[in-house]
Amino acid sequence: MTNIVKTVTRIIGGVVFLFGLYIVTHGHLSPGGGFAGGTIIAGAFILLVLAYGDNVMHLRRIKEESSALENIAIFCILIMATVGFMLGAKVFFNNFLPTGVAGQLVSAGIIPLFNILIGIEVAAALFTIFLAFVIFKEEEK
Amino acid sequence: MEALLAVLILLMIAGSIYTLHARDLLSAVIAYGITGFGLVICFLLLKAPDLAIAQIVVEIITLIIMIAVIRISTREDLTEGATIKVEGVRYVNLRSAVYFVTGLLFVLGFMYYFMKSTLNLDPFGEHSARMGQVYIEQGAELTGSANLVAGVLFDFRAYDTLGEATILITAVVGILTVLRLKGRK
Repeated sequence: MTNIVKTVTRIIGGVVFLFGLYIVTHGHLSPGGGFAGGTIIAGAFILLVLAYGDNVMHLRRIKEESSALENIAIFCILIMATVGFMLGAKVFFNNFLPTGVAGQLVSAGIIPLFNILIGIEVAAALFTIFLAFVIFKEEEK
Repeated sequence: MEALLAVLILLMIAGSIYTLHARDLLSAVIAYGITGFGLVICFLLLKAPDLAIAQIVVEIITLIIMIAVIRISTREDLTEGATIKVEGVRYVNLRSAVYFVTGLLFVLGFMYYFMKSTLNLDPFGEHSARMGQVYIEQGAELTGSANLVAGVLFDFRAYDTLGEATILITAVVGILTVLRLKGRK
């Protein structure tokens, strides 16, 4: 890509990533949540690949890693659901942590944890899909 | 606000119709963006910021992925017409006839059951959303979450969220399976 794109990406990339983290961690306080924040984080990585990814074949290992990360995240969600089933009332996704005061950052029991895991899962999934398409195009040549 | 919404929806309809008829697939994808971003503004006008954020980011990522797909495959629209011309003789395209008949049958069946189901609905203006009232009144208290949407999505309806996450996993597995080169060779 041209120098303009690279410079703008260098300035903006980290800000976009931090904004995604903010949306994920404040999902239980303000609009947003795991899905929206995860997509923004994936967008930050896609921006970096589009601007600096001159040699995409180096990213093959990263594709495997993000694919594994996504599976680990959804596995953690299932474990959390089962732990909620074991403790207290016998329902999956039972909110077993103390809920705290509504409006504080550490509150709402398992909802922030759940938000963060969903955010990791969505970000890794979308980034894997993008990398799969980009790498396929390079491999075919 | 209704007038603004009506203008936006007309613009979205025009974008969708152009998407169907564009010869160039890249311009079809761009025109499809009109529908998505119009929907974002509709959500913002209707005071649903959660939906607007999710819609705008998913719209952008989908646009990038669809452009990547078009760059891999082709930019031409390869849709078949209703008739095929072979050596000067016109034949009816059997596949498009099958599509037409199936679509017509589905629409008729859908209309019939839709008419039957509307007879059992509540009168216009009255609703029987009993669970919704409980969520609105006690949601913040029961979940401790200041954002009611997050409280419903991740506590009361956590199974739905798990299902959405599973859909994403399935999409990734499907794409990685289709796009593997080693197995095909």
